[in-house]
Amino acid sequence: MLQAFKLAYRNIWRNKTRSLLSALAVGIGMALLLLMVSVLDGEMTGALNNTIRLQSGHLQIRPASYDENKVSLKWEDLIADPDQVAAKIKSLPQVTVATPRLSAGAILTLSDESKGVQILGIEPDSAANQPFREGMLKGEFLKADDREGILIGNILAEKFKLGVNDKVNLLVTTSNGDVNEQVFTIRGIFTTRTPAYDESTIFMPLAKAQAITATENHASTIFVMLQNSADAEAVAQALKSNNYKVLTWREQNAFITQFEDFANAFFVILYLIVLGITATVVTNTLVMAVFERTREIGILSAIGMKGGAIMAQFLAEAALLATGGVIGGLIIGGIAVAYFTVYGIYIGDYGITGALFEDHIYAHLTLTNTVNLAIVTYIITLIASLYPARLAARMEPVEALHGAGE
Amino acid sequence: MEVTKVTNATRIFKIGEIETKALRGVDLSVQDGEFTALVGPSGSGKTTLLQLIGLLDQPTTGSVTINGQDATGLNRNQRADLRKNAIGFVFQFFALIPTLTAYENVEMPLLLNGTKPAQRKERVAEMLEAVGLSDRAHHRPDQLSGGQQQRVAVARALATNPKLILADEPTANLDTENGKQVMDIMQRLNKETGVTFVFATHDPRVIGYANRVVTLQDGLIIKDGRANGKS
Repeated sequence: MLQAFKLAYRNIWRNKTRSLLSALAVGIGMALLLLMVSVLDGEMTGALNNTIRLQSGHLQIRPASYDENKVSLKWEDLIADPDQVAAKIKSLPQVTVATPRLSAGAILTLSDESKGVQILGIEPDSAANQPFREGMLKGEFLKADDREGILIGNILAEKFKLGVNDKVNLLVTTSNGDVNEQVFTIRGIFTTRTPAYDESTIFMPLAKAQAITATENHASTIFVMLQNSADAEAVAQALKSNNYKVLTWREQNAFITQFEDFANAFFVILYLIVLGITATVVTNTLVMAVFERTREIGILSAIGMKGGAIMAQFLAEAALLATGGVIGGLIIGGIAVAYFTVYGIYIGDYGITGALFEDHIYAHLTLTNTVNLAIVTYIITLIASLYPARLAARMEPVEALHGAGE
Repeated sequence: MEVTKVTNATRIFKIGEIETKALRGVDLSVQDGEFTALVGPSGSGKTTLLQLIGLLDQPTTGSVTINGQDATGLNRNQRADLRKNAIGFVFQFFALIPTLTAYENVEMPLLLNGTKPAQRKERVAEMLEAVGLSDRAHHRPDQLSGGQQQRVAVARALATNPKLILADEPTANLDTENGKQVMDIMQRLNKETGVTFVFATHDPRVIGYANRVVTLQDGLIIKDGRANGKS
């Protein structure tokens, strides 16, 4: 075996340019796959983390009558005494944050323009709002006792050319079906770097949101964050009650995981195309080598080398090409992935309902994906070399000795 | 003892619809220690006969035995196994592996038959010494002259200590001086070690070395005579 690799190593250097180009083809193929995998993973992980952080939390406690397809402000569709419920949940050791939130549809009007928006009543002091605090671009965050202040997203602000201290009119439907209207002052402008969210979400203190919607001591949901997302199912089980529905992040974000499954399936086809191209290059290189070395194959066969050993000779050559290619792929791919991990790819407003994509996709490469891809590239290269290796092994020595060669 | 025996061997090549009868029924027995020349004009079948004896090819009909073992019906790997230990080859073109040094070329058949490293080293040194190329051990074929390459090929053919060496036009690509050197070495080894040589040639100077001359024509042996052999 050592001899096979020694001979293979020397044979590779007989035609340096061709060997380097073949290894480069394997390397570029692998680098491309690393980038594709890491971008897809980054996109999905990013969208999921974003949606969990901003919208779904790890868990949400909803009233038993909750229907995800309608926003109802009727008291029977809300959670009564949400502070008490949240305090009870917070006492569980796995829970880091539990805070009530109230969602309501509203229309923002400004002179002759209007836009449908989502009001989110939040407890300003809750740690759950950390992503929003971090995303403050201008002005100040809300205070719990503020009765006139709101925060708006930067996209909405740009669209209506609104700034801090500007006043806007909000029309809200109340729990009993009436319409309420009030002028609010913009206290601050935030960004979550998620265009779909920043264009349509307005924050106000929970107490004010309850007042304007006449929902009093009620909330739409208890937003819960856990120490570890993997505990979601266990905690949901512990919180199960007849009065509430407990939804895990997995249930709430089924769309994203389904989309990821679909994307993965689609990407498998792309992987096969890329690997198919590199395999063709490797096959071609080795077939050329077999024909160039026909006479040598004849000599080796004449002095007693069996077909299997001749085959091993070419497989060893492919293994060395694959090793060079995989190392090259890790370097080229590593650099590309590192760049996109830091700087990301700008995608703008990627409006898919149900998922909050950031305006940049940041590559995210895991060790498992790297190792898997390296192994797959290796195996595909070896499979690609089977045909030329068998071609060499099956040559009749007498024909090989008469063949072309050096 | 009979090193090889060819019985009523024919070899017919088919190219498309056309059949070429390279051998038409050859009987030949070569005894241990012979230095035999197969002679005849081009197309007489001497190379084909050499390839059948060397198990590089199989007869269309008839049989070939090596050291008493019938090689008829052996598959490719079984023939390779038999070749590995029983037969050495010297070809017309300098059939060395270009990426290996002289030392490594001679070592190759020893690696294939599983000789232990220490013995291998000793045997390679011994064989390179025998062909007068100890000082060229670490040269690659492209750093050796044609005569030197052919001497390495002789050393390689003898490395595993086979009973039979087959040489196809071993001096055809060499000048007179180098051709003589190679033939002298082969003859000396034949005398010293008793190894049997069968070589195909149409070079009268080479034929002069043989102690048996088998003449082929149109795929048949037309003459088989003893000769004195040049000494």
